[in-house]
Amino acid sequence: MSKVSDFMAWVDHRVPLTATFEKHMSKYYAPKNFNFWYFFGVFAFLMLANQILTGVWLTMSFTPTAEEAFASVEYIMRDVEMGWLIRYMHSTGASFFFIVIYMHMFRGLLYGSYQKPRELIWIFGMAIYLMLMAEAFMGYVLPWGQMSYWGAQVIISLFSAIPIVGDDLVTWIKGDFLISGITLNRFFALHVIALPLVIVALVFLHIVALHEVGSNNPDGVDIKKYKDEEGRPLDGVPFHPYYTVHDLVGIVVFLFVFCFVIFFWPEGNGYFLEHANFEEANGLKTPAHIAPVWYFGAYYTILRVVPDKLLGVILMAGAIAILFVLPWLDRSPVKSWRYKGWISRINIIVFALFFILLTWLGTQPATGIYAKLGIVGTVVYFGWFITLPFISAKEKTKPVPERVTG
Amino acid sequence: MKTLIALVFAILPALSLASAGGVHLDEMKVDLEDNASLQRGAKYFANYCMGCHSTKFARYNRVARDLGIPENLMEENLIFGESKVGSLMKIAMRPEDSKQWFGATPPDLTLVARVRGADWIYTYLRSFHQDDSRPYGVNNTVFKDVGMPHVLEGLQGMQVKGCALVVVGFDPLTGQDIKEDSCAKVDHDGNQVEVLYLDKEGSLDAKAYDKVVADLTNFLVYMSEPMALERQRMGFWVLLFLALLFVPVYYLNREFWRDIH
Repeated sequence: MSKVSDFMAWVDHRVPLTATFEKHMSKYYAPKNFNFWYFFGVFAFLMLANQILTGVWLTMSFTPTAEEAFASVEYIMRDVEMGWLIRYMHSTGASFFFIVIYMHMFRGLLYGSYQKPRELIWIFGMAIYLMLMAEAFMGYVLPWGQMSYWGAQVIISLFSAIPIVGDDLVTWIKGDFLISGITLNRFFALHVIALPLVIVALVFLHIVALHEVGSNNPDGVDIKKYKDEEGRPLDGVPFHPYYTVHDLVGIVVFLFVFCFVIFFWPEGNGYFLEHANFEEANGLKTPAHIAPVWYFGAYYTILRVVPDKLLGVILMAGAIAILFVLPWLDRSPVKSWRYKGWISRINIIVFALFFILLTWLGTQPATGIYAKLGIVGTVVYFGWFITLPFISAKEKTKPVPERVTG
Repeated sequence: MKTLIALVFAILPALSLASAGGVHLDEMKVDLEDNASLQRGAKYFANYCMGCHSTKFARYNRVARDLGIPENLMEENLIFGESKVGSLMKIAMRPEDSKQWFGATPPDLTLVARVRGADWIYTYLRSFHQDDSRPYGVNNTVFKDVGMPHVLEGLQGMQVKGCALVVVGFDPLTGQDIKEDSCAKVDHDGNQVEVLYLDKEGSLDAKAYDKVVADLTNFLVYMSEPMALERQRMGFWVLLFLALLFVPVYYLNREFWRDIH
């Protein structure tokens, strides 16, 4: 035996390195018909790594106090070697993380990736999404700009809508009677330690659950039904090397777009870095228009459609909560939209378009036609979930092929 | 679906979050490569603005290096008071005092171009007009009731807001401009359209004054993101690298997948 295999044998006796690699990579069979939409899982992983790495380096120069936070960000932008690049990678990375996650979730809707037996994969995924929202919100407070401050003011005050304990809860979250350096400092702790740990743990569970049941595919057929003599799915290919080289192509294209934004469009017209956030937080000066970052837009719109605060908060929380039970709302016998009835197919597209509309509306003032569109969008959003069990159970589906169609 | 995504990305730039507050802004072409303009802008900024406005996140020597100003020239001409060349560009005026004097502390201007945009600054500095009801005798059409006096009055002169003949076109037969009384028109709220016109001349004509303001604006845009040019230069090489990397990666993938189907 060579020295390398001696060494591997030594390691494998002590920790299941080879076995783990085989189970999850070289002998993990993935359907061979993955399409464009199946890139977004690996992109999300890439963005997670990007956020963690750039985050570590930002932490080295960031000062989490009300007096110094804003100045320390500009210090990173101006005085730290390559600091601006690390900062733009992180700020652009946050927006791209959400773009990627939304595409990843939409893939799930298209191909029924949440259906039996993948309900837990979906639930872990939704938990990641929820934690990611908390992570992004707290991260946005850290540069201590006007929008950091007033955005935090709006979001935290939502908790005051909760009867009886609301006001005390708000004080408890802030750690002060108003948003202050204490709030900033605890958000920093949660943003750089607590939430990343939770997110990484959830990502681990997401992938463990996925690899237990195997990946779905655009046809929604089970590739484990047809196997060769050695028990390998006929329509599957080993993840490594087939999908590692395949994903590499996607990653290069993705990085091209990502780097284009970092180097040529880092503010994203005020969507990735809001103009008002280049002004230091001032608790005495309320901005004329407080807008959340785009990725919270849809929920912010839903929050604002009801004039009543408590009802608005309930509706917004409901909009997120209802996503968790999606696997039990879809009662269709087929997974992929390819074989669902035409009503379902149109509904998925309408739902996605209205989600984009709601997202955009959240960044605009809720007046006039925008307010009316917000109501329509909210009705469509909830309407999709509420009608789903009936439409999916009743409608006529197309026959699903036995094998993947490529 | 792919066309849909393309469409979304295509219309995204049009949906800007920039807030102009409904005031019409004159467009200004920023040119960060124009070192002469940036140097003039730095000079005007140090002479006219830095009495009250700091750029406290930037350092003198960085500005000197980026704009191609020798450090000794920078020290002699643009640094006032005790500051060293490596210092942050702070000012001596105490915020408590300036709040007393102007009603509000003059804001730090390091990032003003990223908050307001170049067009806003360019228009704002050209929109002061006489208003005797204000403490310093001037108001501004872009920033109503601003506490700032018209610092550049010596250069621009003083404008008045009211009815005036404005150029609306050009008559090719007579070779003359076609002029019209601005107040003959009403805006969509039914108010007469008042315009700004020069009542008292300054040391510069309108064109030269606009150029001064353009240089100042250019400088403030540089100031708000001093690494902007470096960022774009590096971006070019990064994208080129990724474009080249695509080729072997694409063929590697095709080679592996050749037999699958």
